[in-house]
Amino acid sequence: MSDERPLLQVRNVGHRYGDWLGCRDVSFDLWPGEVLAIVGESGSGKSTLLNTLSQRLDTSEGSIRYRLDGGDVVDLADLSESAVRRLWRSEWGFVHQNAADGLRMHVSAGGNVGEPLMANGWRHYGRIRAAATDWLERVEIPRDRVDDTPAAFSGGMRQRLQIARNLVVSPRLVFMDEPTSGLDVSVQARLLDLIRSLVSDLGLAMIIVTHDLAVARLISHRTLVMKDGHVIESGLTDRVLDDPQAPYTQLLVSSILQG
Amino acid sequence: MNPDQIEYNIGYLDEQTKRMIRRVLLKAVAIPGFQVPFASREVPLPRGWGTGGVQLTAAVIGADDTLKVIDQGADDTTNAVSIRAFFHKVAGAATTTRTEDATIIQTRHRIPEASLTYGQIMVYQVPIPEPLRFLEPRETETRRMHALNEYGLMYVKLYEDIARYGHIAKTYDYPVLVNHRYLMAPSPTPSFDNPKLHQSQALHIYGAGREKRIYAIPPYTDVESLGFDDFPFEPQHFDQPCAICGSTGVYLDEIITDDAGGVMYACSDTYHCERTAARLNEEIPA
Ligand SMILES: Nc1ncnc2c1ncn2[C@@H]1O[C@H](COP(=O)(O)OP(=O)(O)OP(=O)(O)O)[C@@H](O)[C@H]1O
Ligand SMILES: [Mg+2]
Repeated sequence: MSDERPLLQVRNVGHRYGDWLGCRDVSFDLWPGEVLAIVGESGSGKSTLLNTLSQRLDTSEGSIRYRLDGGDVVDLADLSESAVRRLWRSEWGFVHQNAADGLRMHVSAGGNVGEPLMANGWRHYGRIRAAATDWLERVEIPRDRVDDTPAAFSGGMRQRLQIARNLVVSPRLVFMDEPTSGLDVSVQARLLDLIRSLVSDLGLAMIIVTHDLAVARLISHRTLVMKDGHVIESGLTDRVLDDPQAPYTQLLVSSILQG
Repeated sequence: MNPDQIEYNIGYLDEQTKRMIRRVLLKAVAIPGFQVPFASREVPLPRGWGTGGVQLTAAVIGADDTLKVIDQGADDTTNAVSIRAFFHKVAGAATTTRTEDATIIQTRHRIPEASLTYGQIMVYQVPIPEPLRFLEPRETETRRMHALNEYGLMYVKLYEDIARYGHIAKTYDYPVLVNHRYLMAPSPTPSFDNPKLHQSQALHIYGAGREKRIYAIPPYTDVESLGFDDFPFEPQHFDQPCAICGSTGVYLDEIITDDAGGVMYACSDTYHCERTAARLNEEIPA
């Protein structure tokens, strides 16, 4: 990687829902261009961790340091609400499992992809539309669907539209929560291929939550395995999946192999 | 009880309510375009006039004021006549149809054609004060957008119009940015009237009774109608002159003249029309 400093430094991070700890004591570094998978069973705290890292939930304990585009390193807890929202608008993307949560279903595809540009101050209709249309093409949505609303799209198209809306502003870091689950197996495979090639073409860093080890294998450099809110194992994805150390990971891997 | 025996407080509202509304108005004037919450009261009104405009008028009117009320652009509709009569009765205010003589002009749609002058107050009745509501129904979110000056969403609405119709189709309640800061709905005026708000000498105050919001544009404030660099704001314009008085560059209403689809276009501002037609008559030699 060109830059020798991590993008994110996560130390002992936890989020509490009232008295209940959704995740706790999570530490790792994320480097520019790196793809990190968070895997684990349902309820293990994957989404809680992702939402905490992206500041959609507050950091109840620990610290998250982020290196801004300008090079300064900030503790996310020190940022004002408007500074966090600026990160959401310009440096980060967030792809939801359910596309309806990340799209405006009654706004055209072009308007959905153009909105982040307008939020960043673009005021030239022709250029907004051209950029939006180019991005539709990059996510394999035909240009002539630019004025259709996602309500008329298939599940796979909606998800690709959501990805375009997130990538149009050239973010540095993208969070994805189960972006392929809920789709047909064949649609999943195609979408994963697309995500993988976009992420590597753009040199994006990404944190992707999945309960599907095959997804982690295909897309990520490193993997965190979660159970009961803790990270119980982490390392290079191939190592974690081929030579799991923790008994729980061994169980997880073998159940996939048998299934 | 005999209605003649009921004693109303001056301006109908009680003094405490009027003071509350005036305090809110001061805040609204101090933060041009910002929607200030207020405790809306019950007032006796015909439907569709809502309660916001009448409460504002009641809070600012006094016996030395002269009130003009227009419905669309007309002074002579039942609603306009009743509201003028109401304030004449409860506030002892004079009433007029002459724009230049009015100190307060309450309106439901239009801004008069005659230029407003310093010292005049325009009072608007607003149904929906939040310009972002169409795309973002959560009020917590729209408030945050105002607070953080995040107005990209309004442009999404304009983008959608151009994508669908080839131009910005909004012809009334066209969104404006007030004093380079707050996004505001100039509800319910037609976009034709938007340019009149920019650097207007008059004070413009807006009341949304049901939504409990008051906002204002003080005199000499910059008011920008939003647009794109390549699709700038274009106010409505009318090609033909008024069929009655011959005025051009004014807002025209379509009037159906017969059952065979005949129409004519005439001034919506009835005072402007009558005055111009009268001048025309004077100029015609006997
Ligand atoms: N809003 C909430 N309030 C209280 N507890 C919550 C809340 N959201 C999640 N939890 C709890 O926190 C734990 C972790 O939930 P989380 O959604 O992070 O799991 P997950 O790994 O993403 O699961 P899944 O694979 O089902 O999405 C669970 O026990 C869950 O019940
Ligand atoms: Mg989850």
